Amino acid sequence: MSEIMLSAKGLQRRFGGLKAVSDVSLDIFQNEIHAVIGPNGAGKSTLINLLSGDIPVSGGKVLLGARDITDLAPNTRAMAGVGRSYQKTTIFMDSTVFENVRLAAQAHSGHALRMLGHVRNDTAANASTQAAISETGLTERSGTIARFMSHGEQRQLEIAMVLATNPRVILLDEPLAGMGQAEALRMIALIRALKQGRGVLLVEHDMDAVFALADRLTVMADGQVIASGSPDHVRNHPAVRTAYLGEHEVAA
Amino acid sequence: MNRSLTQPTNLALGLVLILLIALPFFAPNYYVQFASKAMLMGMLALSLNLVVGFGGLVSLCHAAFFGLAGYMLGFQSPESAGASLWLSLPVALLVVAAVAAVIGTLSLRTRGIYFIMVTLAFGEMLFYFFHDTKIGGGSDGLYIYFKPEIALFGQTLIDLDNSRSFYLLVLASLVMTAGLIRGLVNSPFGHALQAARDNERRALSLGFPVFRLRLMAFILSAMIAGLAGYFSAAQFGFVAPQMLGWHLSATVLVMVVLGGMSSILGPIVGAFALIGLEEVLKSAFEHWKLIKGLIIIALVFALPGGLQQLTRLVLPKSEGPHTGKDSDNQPVEADHAANLGSLSDPMTGLIQPPMTSANAKGLQHV
Amino acid sequence: MDAITIAVQLLNGVQYGLVLFLVASGLTLVFGILGVINLAHGAFYMLGAYLAWWIASYTGSFALALLGALSISFVLGLLLEEVFVKRMIGRDHLAQVLLSFGLILVIDEARQILFGKDVHSVTPPEWLNGSIQLTAILSYPVYRLALCLVCILLAALIFYVIQRTRLGMIIRAGAENRNMTRALGIPFDTVNRFVFAGGIALAALGGMLVAPISTVFPGMGDGMLILSFVVVVLGGIGSVTGAALGALMIGLTDTFGKVFFPQVSSILIYVLMAGVLLWRPNGLMGKAP
Repeated sequence: MSEIMLSAKGLQRRFGGLKAVSDVSLDIFQNEIHAVIGPNGAGKSTLINLLSGDIPVSGGKVLLGARDITDLAPNTRAMAGVGRSYQKTTIFMDSTVFENVRLAAQAHSGHALRMLGHVRNDTAANASTQAAISETGLTERSGTIARFMSHGEQRQLEIAMVLATNPRVILLDEPLAGMGQAEALRMIALIRALKQGRGVLLVEHDMDAVFALADRLTVMADGQVIASGSPDHVRNHPAVRTAYLGEHEVAA
Repeated sequence: MNRSLTQPTNLALGLVLILLIALPFFAPNYYVQFASKAMLMGMLALSLNLVVGFGGLVSLCHAAFFGLAGYMLGFQSPESAGASLWLSLPVALLVVAAVAAVIGTLSLRTRGIYFIMVTLAFGEMLFYFFHDTKIGGGSDGLYIYFKPEIALFGQTLIDLDNSRSFYLLVLASLVMTAGLIRGLVNSPFGHALQAARDNERRALSLGFPVFRLRLMAFILSAMIAGLAGYFSAAQFGFVAPQMLGWHLSATVLVMVVLGGMSSILGPIVGAFALIGLEEVLKSAFEHWKLIKGLIIIALVFALPGGLQQLTRLVLPKSEGPHTGKDSDNQPVEADHAANLGSLSDPMTGLIQPPMTSANAKGLQHV
Repeated sequence: MDAITIAVQLLNGVQYGLVLFLVASGLTLVFGILGVINLAHGAFYMLGAYLAWWIASYTGSFALALLGALSISFVLGLLLEEVFVKRMIGRDHLAQVLLSFGLILVIDEARQILFGKDVHSVTPPEWLNGSIQLTAILSYPVYRLALCLVCILLAALIFYVIQRTRLGMIIRAGAENRNMTRALGIPFDTVNRFVFAGGIALAALGGMLVAPISTVFPGMGDGMLILSFVVVVLGGIGSVTGAALGALMIGLTDTFGKVFFPQVSSILIYVLMAGVLLWRPNGLMGKAP
């Protein structure tokens, strides 16, 4: 079995009296995509936010490799190798693709806050920017301002930004949301390539995509894990069929 | 097309600079002093714009840093001679930096409306500190009888008592400050600061230490405000608690918005415009403050983008100050860039008009 | 220091805190409901005091002065909401700061034109003008006690309106989620207008009530604005309970600070604020954003 990149141990998060996430444990392995599915309100997004540090945990631990990162701020986690995308595309709309990705690369180039010299003279950042852009297939769009791209391209850009931070683990929060079929197919191919050398956590509603991509599946409902294992195992899990997959058919 | 549109701007800037350098050699002393004052306000506005315009942090305590540096000069000035600038200026700026570090550390734990209120409260704390204690002469303030001395081996290099020399030193400082801010805005630091302004969460998840970034910007900007305050105290030979009051902070904020937050030199234009306007109003009306207030209200509603917006209304679109760069091959985007300064759009662009996609296009060839 | 003196200072502190609460609750409600920062809040405190002085000097009646000044402030609040503030909702804080700064200049200068810049005093009504003898040498003015009582009654009224009435329910719901209440068909624009005018009226009322025990002077609004800000920062934006807590803390800190640490008393409340910011950056009763 390959190396565990990121693991959650008994994670908990309460909002007031509501238990959004209770006692969730899961592992993300290198070269694997670990998909988390579940109905709306199951706590999937909260889980991602706990792993990325956007929201502090109420209990439990987050380990990056062997390192306990539970108390680290999101920027420190990002520096340690946790990259993420957001459910709602968060890119800098008035900047070009290149500028967006360079910003991400800059954060990890070693002199993120240097006050001297023009930002475009940071050769290390420029190189990883080019690499991330070409890996996501946006080379042609490098000079385009993000606002004027299609939704699918904007999401690709977000992935490119994550890649430029040179992550060991990538957390993707519904990367296919709102995409047309052609766009979705391109994104699925992109996500599949992301796992090379890295660990990927994928939260997604599109079941076809999930079963096409996932090496491992965790099903959540009401903040808890109700099943976990290989896609086939989960697909045939009786609790999952009643609790979730049935509902999915209706929703679709 | 690129060249033809940027060159006139540079040419105009050069002409303005030459005019400013020449001013004390032909203008009456009154105007020279007035221009010194306006330039110092411009410097204060520049400093504020670093945090407000590029950092997205509406600070209402910059007058306190301005005044604090003035008091520091006052404390260091003997009654019978001028303080040495070599010593008194660094001391003043270091004290301001230390105070800004404390205020910034506390204030930057908050966001939005809280940040405005907290900075205003801490600024007023300094005001009351000098107002209520005897340290700085209480509400009467402190006289600085002699201007600071700039000497080397006992030889006076620049005589600040000469209003022309003083003016030229202030002009040089202003040009250097503007250059510094321009450099900062284009540096990795500046880009990170603007990223944190546009989307704090995103900046954090990319790995930027947003708090530290903002604190650095806050302290730096406070020091520039201090530089302006130091010279201002030297010019008038007097410091009083009013120098630290929040009404000055708010007035400088008006200058920043009036000149346009999205540009580097805008705040200086705003400072000259507002101070000039005040001067005219003062001479014409007894109740000029009423009119000033109405003008500020009108500015908020009619010109949220400041005077830049006005020039865009007057000039044809393609010749607007910042639209030219992109207009040759990306008209839509250039048009958008022209609207970036608008206050009504809180999500103004990460990269400001003077350095839009032209930079990136250049980079593709790297 | 003997027990009686401490009791008197305690009373002074509580009374100061109650007036602060009155003014600051108006500010925090406008923040919480409209999402608008109003730097001109202190200017209305000042205006209220001047209006009260002006009406009292013509009519000789403190009651008429209160009634008149309160109505004028409320109507002014309605007008300002309709003309300016309404257009500020949803705009960035910077625009709100500039607008209210412009309003301060206009109000200050209007006061100058209408009432001049002299310092005035207002006589409380005859039946409240005495003092209660506490010991042989210590007495306490009746008006201050009456002021406490009025403030407590008003505070109770504010809490009652917010906790128990339909308007209060809308206000609470609105502070939670503005879009939702709008979607539910609640006339939020009307609520906004009355909350803003009510907030202004509370500030002005604070100024009127304080007029008999302090002086009426041009700069009185600025000091009150800063204090109200500190109260709101302590208590948390939009929380009336927090405002009450913060106001009492400030009132007591300031009063006892002046007694025990006269040298640094003006700094103490900011030290208090700094402490709360370190401990709870969103205020004592504030929610994380």
